[in-house]
Amino acid sequence: MGHEMLTTEFAWLPERSDWSAVLKSIDASDAASWERLRELSNSRLDFLGINRVDRALTRLFATPPPELDTKPVRLALLSGSTADHLLPGLRVGGLRHGLHVTTFTGDYGLYLQELSDTNSPLYAFKPTAVLFSFDAQSLLGAPDAATPAIAASEKIEAAIERLRHLWKLALETGAGQVIQQTVLPLAPRLMGGNEHRLPGSQRALIDTLNARLREAADKSGVDVLALDAQIAEDGINAWHDPVLWHRAKQELSPKAAPAYGDLVARLLAAQQGRSAKCLVLDLDNTLWGGVIGDDGLEGIVLGQGSSLGEAFVAFQNYAKELSRRGIILAVCSKNDEVNAVAPFEKHPDMVLKRGDIACFVANWQDKPSNLRAIAKTLNIGINALVFADDNPFERSLVRRELPMVAVPELPEDPALYAKCIADAGYFEGLRVTSDDMERSAQYQGNIQRDLLRSSSTDLVSYLKSLGMTLEWRRFDRVGLQRVVQLINKTNQFNLTTQRYSQADVVSFMEDPGSLTLQLRLTDSFGDNGIIGIIIGRPANGDGREMLIDTWLMSCRVLGRQVEEATLNLVAAEASRLGAENLLGLYRPTAKNEMVREHYSKLGFTQVASDPDGATRWSRPLQSFTPIDTFIEIKEGQS
Amino acid sequence: MTEPQILEGLTEIFREIFDDDSLKLTMDTTADDIDQWDSFNHINILVAAETRFGVKFKTAEIEGLKNVGEFVHLIEKKTASGAAA
Repeated sequence: MGHEMLTTEFAWLPERSDWSAVLKSIDASDAASWERLRELSNSRLDFLGINRVDRALTRLFATPPPELDTKPVRLALLSGSTADHLLPGLRVGGLRHGLHVTTFTGDYGLYLQELSDTNSPLYAFKPTAVLFSFDAQSLLGAPDAATPAIAASEKIEAAIERLRHLWKLALETGAGQVIQQTVLPLAPRLMGGNEHRLPGSQRALIDTLNARLREAADKSGVDVLALDAQIAEDGINAWHDPVLWHRAKQELSPKAAPAYGDLVARLLAAQQGRSAKCLVLDLDNTLWGGVIGDDGLEGIVLGQGSSLGEAFVAFQNYAKELSRRGIILAVCSKNDEVNAVAPFEKHPDMVLKRGDIACFVANWQDKPSNLRAIAKTLNIGINALVFADDNPFERSLVRRELPMVAVPELPEDPALYAKCIADAGYFEGLRVTSDDMERSAQYQGNIQRDLLRSSSTDLVSYLKSLGMTLEWRRFDRVGLQRVVQLINKTNQFNLTTQRYSQADVVSFMEDPGSLTLQLRLTDSFGDNGIIGIIIGRPANGDGREMLIDTWLMSCRVLGRQVEEATLNLVAAEASRLGAENLLGLYRPTAKNEMVREHYSKLGFTQVASDPDGATRWSRPLQSFTPIDTFIEIKEGQS
Repeated sequence: MTEPQILEGLTEIFREIFDDDSLKLTMDTTADDIDQWDSFNHINILVAAETRFGVKFKTAEIEGLKNVGEFVHLIEKKTASGAAA
């Protein structure tokens, strides 16, 4: 079901198992409670959940919270059919976009009177925005397939005239924004694929009306709520249920009400300049497949030769198109900058070039700190950022630290990345300005990075919440292939870059005096797989010194205390084998600069440096006390 | 799906719609027994039940359901035929 990615199912929002408990705990009308409600509205809830959030919202926030940085919206929904069930979705949609929305809906059918009478309840409501929603029949009259061509076009013109009149009246109420919903294409087709050849066909008239309505709306300064386009995306069944139409005159199904509210809220937020302005992209497994630092230019998956590579190209094309439209692109990646930039400059299948990226940040800092720096560098609000990253750990950390940053729940398949981001509507635009079109050019390449070196991110409590377990085993036949693969491909977090054949690895495995460890990390996001390999060998005959011959890890787990937990494990296992001292070795290569200070950070003392640049380190085991971490260490069952 | 399973599922839906964690449904419960069980919420109940039990009610079926028991039996019939299909 989730694979369909219907807009009505909010696939881009994360699921949240604790939402009901959190909702119950919100019981004040202050700014903090508003923010907590807003976070809830940014999780994936069905219409019943949205209705519950709305009850809390209307109970606590009949008026806007103190110091809200958006203008309160007073939205009048004028509809030709039942609309009450849409109001909670509109209010919660507003909340999701940072807007306080008060709603009004008249009795259906009475909108013309209300708009014409300055003493009406509608006037008394003082709308800041008016939204019109009409079914086909109330604009075009009853279907009559026998209608001749001339009469059919008169029907269209009459409908447009009527809409123009309503729009004018709506503006006279003082509303600053008028929104016209397109007509739902519900009438069954009578001809088929060439429906347009039957002039009187209601379905053909709806299609023509929706096209004409767009032109007329543009001229009148009216914004369009393109439900017809949305239905083309999701299918009619996601939005309309004929049973409910006949029973209750609900043209839109209650199930679709939350999405309806979100589509409207995007327009309201865009009107206040609150749409996102910048797409921040991770690199490895987001813009290309694989890890550039380990796999190298030839090893990453991008472009011709594989369907996966084509999917990443397609996603880059989408980002490029967004930038042509005026959305700023930035990069935020955990990588050495020299590695991160290489594909942009040298890979033939890269669509995005270095010049397309207004702010390029590749380092080993936590991502929230880097996102703050990116917003500061670009001189835009941090709430104008959308952060696209395939890694659930990073997404969750950013949501926790920077709830105002939009973080789409990217699907696992890169073929669906673009649709996910487009469906979320982060970049909703109301008009195209020359500024937008020139913006990407302005930003290209000429931005000086002034990155913050200090971090205000509360990593500690985040790590604590993850429930991490480091599961270790000695090398075994089952894991052998993976161990050999990692030993021969890991370049970045690799202290010695010592390559071994399968036969070499087997000989370590069978030597009782050697220390061999394969490490697996699990956390609340799932199993990260084998993320670390250790090989220790007695440094001399008596076994009192243990040399860490190989220490390599996946960069994905960097900065999560895995290094410290691993040292605790290595120390315990080395002691068990009779060692009294641990020896560390760092052998520099072009790619492992990031671990130059590895042993220093872990409390080793440097004892030598070789002519080739290698450094040697030592740490006695008698005095070793394990480092505190939030990682539970346990031995895996073979 | 069995009667008790369906009744339990419906109870959860009712609790969510009426915001009342202590609400108890029996086979004899009718709209008169629950405040706010109006036509508006009735539709929400139907739509939520369709999603939860993976069924689709026909126009004729949703007319004239007198109590929760009839609703349970309708769902029971539909889930059973769905499983057989």
